[in-house]
Amino acid sequence: MTTQEPSLEEYRRKLGKLEALTDKPTHYCQGCEHGELTRLIASAIENLGIRERTVMIDSVGCSVLAFDYFNVDHIQSPHGRAPAIATGLKRVRPDLAVYTVQGDGDTLAIGLLEVMYAAIRGEPISVFLVNNAIYGMTGGQMAPTTIQGQVTTTTPYGRDLGFTGAPVDGSKLIATIDGSAYVKRVSLAISELDTPKGKTYSIRNILEAKQAIENAFKVQLMGGFTFVECLSSCWVNWKLPIMEAKRFVNERLVKQYPLGTYKDKFGIEKK
Amino acid sequence: MTERVYMKGNEALAYGALKSKLNAYFAYPITPSTEIPETLAKEFGNEEYPDFKVFLQAASELEAVNMVLGAAAGGVRAMTATSSPGFSLKQEALSYAAGMELPLLVVNVNRGGPGLGNIAPEQSDYFQMTKGGGHGSYRLIVLAPNSVQEMASFPKIAFDLAFKYRNPACIAGDAFTGQLKEDIIFPTIRPTDYDVSDWAVTGAKGRERHVLNSMNLDPEVHTKHVTHLDEKYKTIQRNEVRYETYLTDDAEIVLAAYGITSRICKSVVNKLRHQGVKIGLFRPITLWPFPYEEVRKLTEHAKRFLVVELNTGQMVEDIRLGCEGRAGVGFFGKVGGLLPAEREIESKTAEETNWS
Repeated sequence: MTTQEPSLEEYRRKLGKLEALTDKPTHYCQGCEHGELTRLIASAIENLGIRERTVMIDSVGCSVLAFDYFNVDHIQSPHGRAPAIATGLKRVRPDLAVYTVQGDGDTLAIGLLEVMYAAIRGEPISVFLVNNAIYGMTGGQMAPTTIQGQVTTTTPYGRDLGFTGAPVDGSKLIATIDGSAYVKRVSLAISELDTPKGKTYSIRNILEAKQAIENAFKVQLMGGFTFVECLSSCWVNWKLPIMEAKRFVNERLVKQYPLGTYKDKFGIEKK
Repeated sequence: MTERVYMKGNEALAYGALKSKLNAYFAYPITPSTEIPETLAKEFGNEEYPDFKVFLQAASELEAVNMVLGAAAGGVRAMTATSSPGFSLKQEALSYAAGMELPLLVVNVNRGGPGLGNIAPEQSDYFQMTKGGGHGSYRLIVLAPNSVQEMASFPKIAFDLAFKYRNPACIAGDAFTGQLKEDIIFPTIRPTDYDVSDWAVTGAKGRERHVLNSMNLDPEVHTKHVTHLDEKYKTIQRNEVRYETYLTDDAEIVLAAYGITSRICKSVVNKLRHQGVKIGLFRPITLWPFPYEEVRKLTEHAKRFLVVELNTGQMVEDIRLGCEGRAGVGFFGKVGGLLPAEREIESKTAEETNWS
């Protein structure tokens, strides 16, 4: 932990009450990074002062209830179709900022065509992909991002890539598409640190994610298609204690899905 | 201003939509509906249609209809057109749009089915269009034109009904009404202005946020929502039924048909009337809401209905429901692009009624 880095508590206090959030407590499981992402998106919307012209397209999966949490206009989407709905809205109301929060199944399985074509056309929208390597809402089935050997309810003996094909690398895929402008993979999992004073947490990942999300909105407003993949845990369906699940993200998932900037067409990170 | 034109039904529909202030069209090509997006693509940017802001070809039928949904949520006039196999793919979004109460228009130029079927005319998507089609308890407002003239004038009616009731509307063409070229006086269309300010998704500026959603996890809240939809459908059923009757006042025999077959049946009625047969035509224009009440009224003197369709018997079920057992109901259908000839309908009518 660097000295400049605030503690988790300090950081949350600093975020304070966000106008882009409603007062409703989220349904997300304790320790799930969906809650963190919700705060980060809301704070980006606020920092950029765009709440009154922002619309969220709600997908199907753990983020399905997000219409209760974000204090912006919403449209509910069928499973996987959020980028198509975002396209329709953005085309008729180009002044809006439009974003989706989608799971790995929603984005990379049932909705792969929709997200790829939104990128191909370079739609100025932001897709926030939560990759936790599993179908969370339905109770822990194999996702397109489930890794080799990972046990899920539909791969009870571990995922066999010879049988199911390889995990889908969303960021790498979207970055290869000419129309995409900003593609970044971050981790939302905090890491545990041992200090002389005992255990503490590093929130470096979250601060990096925060910047990536703000960049995504900025690039969208500059007219580019943006995609931020957020590695997350699902301790409930992974059947691991919370902090072990977070360690799995930062030690194991990052090997399959390396963090970093996959595309920055407008050089937003240098600005 | 009236304008005499010679055009295909699909082209007329495209111009009818443009003159109704169409704002956004999302396309996916499929025979026999493709002249609709082709005509609109050609007119995109034409200063005569300043409201026509978006024409976009999607990568799939699903993508196209979900784009329509997104645009409609923005409060504008948005539509797409497709044909049977494509219409199957529209069902998911139509169910969501009905659940979220979004006004939009999907045109289905009905072709042969099931499966890939063929590209010739059928009316075999009647059930799918009128009984819901997708999942859940909902209805589409379905209008069935029977001429190029009506292909031109129905988009405005469809948008009006869709926005009045905040419900998806459907124009049920078939490969005949779509491909048929007729000499018409293009109707004068006066577009309506719709107030969308209390629901459209435009950014929550100076107002409470608008949430367009069809999900209610609480059973009681969901019951309330579905009951509200059902009440709306009952209002539509009471107020928006459209039909045409022809020589039915004293008719003992009624031919029932919609779309292209209604025109063939009209010729049959004319011919048999000359022979002294008390026959008339009943033509539903709204396939949903279906004119059940009018069918019941016809049974006050009609003893027999003959339903003529380009399928193996779909609207015949609604005619039977309307008759409530008070009149006999026969059926004559053709599929695969074959049309019933007048003489075939005549002999079927004679057979049904033992009149010859």
